[in-house]
Parts: sequence; C-alpha cells; structure tokens
Amino acid sequence: MNIKAEIYEPNIVAFCCHYCAYAAADLAGSSRLQYPPNVRIVRTPCTGRLEVDYFMKAFENGADGVLVAGCEEGSCHFKEGNLLAKRRVNYTRDILSESGLEPERLRMVNVSAAGAQKFAEIVRDMVETVRKLGPACLKRLANRT
Amino acid sequence: MIVAERKSIPELLEILKGHKKILVLGCGTCVTVCLAGGEREVSIIASALRIASRVQGLGLEIEELVIERQCDNIFIEQAAEAIEKADAVLSLGCGAGVQAIAERYPQKPVYAGLDTAFLGILEERGVWAEKCAACGSCVLHKFGGICPVTRCAKHLLNGPCGGSREDRCEVRPDRPCAWQLIYTRLKNIGQLERLKEIEPPKNWGSSLSGGPRVIIREDHRI
Repeated sequence: MNIKAEIYEPNIVAFCCHYCAYAAADLAGSSRLQYPPNVRIVRTPCTGRLEVDYFMKAFENGADGVLVAGCEEGSCHFKEGNLLAKRRVNYTRDILSESGLEPERLRMVNVSAAGAQKFAEIVRDMVETVRKLGPACLKRLANRT
Repeated sequence: MIVAERKSIPELLEILKGHKKILVLGCGTCVTVCLAGGEREVSIIASALRIASRVQGLGLEIEELVIERQCDNIFIEQAAEAIEKADAVLSLGCGAGVQAIAERYPQKPVYAGLDTAFLGILEERGVWAEKCAACGSCVLHKFGGICPVTRCAKHLLNGPCGGSREDRCEVRPDRPCAWQLIYTRLKNIGQLERLKEIEPPKNWGSSLSGGPRVIIREDHRI
C-alpha cells in the first residue's frame, strides 16, 4: 500500500479567481517556476461564483483534491466573494467528511496576483497532502491496481 | 413557508440500507426557498451519496429529480417513471411531501431526507426563523401581528413573563422577547389599549392537540 501511495499521482482541480490566483498561476508559468503538473486549473470570474455543488461534482467525477484559490481577504475584486467561497468550502468539507472523504482534500487559499511563488508552494503542498491521503475513491483505487 | 434542514449523510445511508437504486426527489416549493430540498440540494446530496457509496463500496445507483410540488398529485405524476424505476425514494420534500408520495405509491419505500422544522420566514440571508405554529385559531389580530403562541418561548397570551433581559428572551437570549416586540408594535400602531384586555385560556382543540386536522370545503368537492 505504501509503495503504491508513493507512485500515485493525484488529480487536483484548482478553481482560480481571474483577478488573483489565476494571474499568479500565469506569472508562475511566465517566471518558469516549477510546480507539480497534477493540478488542472479552472478559471472563475470570482471564487464567490463557486457553489458547493461544483466541489462535490469535481470529487464525484474523479478529482482527488480540490483547491479553491481566491484573492487575499479584504481585496476581493467583488468585495466579499472570497469570504463567501470560504464559508461554502467549509460547508462542503463537512459534507465530504460525512461522506467518508477526508476534508483536507478540499482547501481554500488566498493568493494575490503577484503571488507566483506562493501559488507554486501551495500547489506543491496540496499535491503532497493528497498524495499522502491516497486516491479519493476506493473503487478507483481498485481499478488502478 | 415550511422550513426544513437536511439529515446527515451517515443518517441517510442508514435509512437507505438495503436499497440499491435510489431516487433523490426534490421539491420546487418551500424547501427550495429554504435551501434544503431544491434542485441544488438534490444535486449536492446525490453527489454526497454517490461519493459515500464509492468510498464504502455500497454499490448505490443514485438518480435525481425535482418536481414543482411534492404535496400535489398533479405534480407527483411527473415523477411516476423515475419512481417506478427506483427501489426506494429519498424525498427531500417536507413531511407532507414525503407522505403524499408514499400515499400515491403504496408499494414503494419512501423515506424522508429532511427534518421538517417549522413554518417561518427568511429573516436575513441564511437565517430562517419560526413565525407560525399552525395552531388553527389565529390570534395575530390581537397582538399587532406578532404571534406569542410561536415566538414567546413560554407561549404566554398574557405576557410578558418578566424574565427578558434587554429585549432578549430569557429562554433563548439570541432571540428577541416576543412580548417586547408586541408592546413596541402596538405602541407604534396606536393600539396599546389592547394589552389591558385579559386573554382567556386558548382552546387548543383546533391545534394538533385535537388530533390530525382536516379542512373540508363542501363547495369545492366533486
């Protein structure tokens, strides 16, 4: 099991706000900063646009981890979209926990548009966290082995 | 509106034990407005059940459907095909909705996915508060439109109790004292004199204490 966990590459979906985290990811690329390729970025107009269902569907459709990256608190382009997202993420973590998935698989982070280095570090940390947790669904684990 | 909240996923899994094909059936009326059993919540709970099924290897097949109103036969008909295909129905309607589906499909197990809580209104975003106890004999006209039966923790008809602190109920300090609200309201509409009238004991025969209630309108019967 440990050996399998070491070679396992998790699928991470990252919902990134157009005004900050997406720009940070873009800057990370332009700056040639290295971060794991496990992350699939979905650009959103604001993290406040994201609903609980989006996170649930991501997991249901095979994501092993979901990252929600919004603006720093207090600097949301739409004033408080990131604060709304934070509450929805917390609510979803409760439901995931009830469903038998580790809540650590869903994480809300705040990154400014200039935070390329921070974004790369967050992705590295998220991939490591999920790698340690293993695949999200036992059925998928069974299919892989 | 009828206000309800969802049961936990482990509780739902326990309720659904022994069934494989489950229809999660939402309702487009009250429980949609109180964010408990509408299209969005059906989708979330269905996803949670599918995830739980995979994690725990339960092999559940979850279908989703939302109809306009579960407490009305005309709308229940729209769910006929989906209900027939399912082993069991997990209704995200209120208690009336669950029972309406169960009565219509006597051979089909129908379970409640929500805890129906009360009749209330949206006080502010994300906060629903009870306003009506459906006691069957409304006294709102006497109390400035504020119901002491529902909103006074002690159901006092001749209040206040004297225990309120700074306009707050002593039983639930996070809620306002209903009798303070009644006083302020009657003062604002110039009807403070009403408080001098002693309200006789309420006849609870029209409430649930008198047994299950039925309203019959002969002029509408066929």
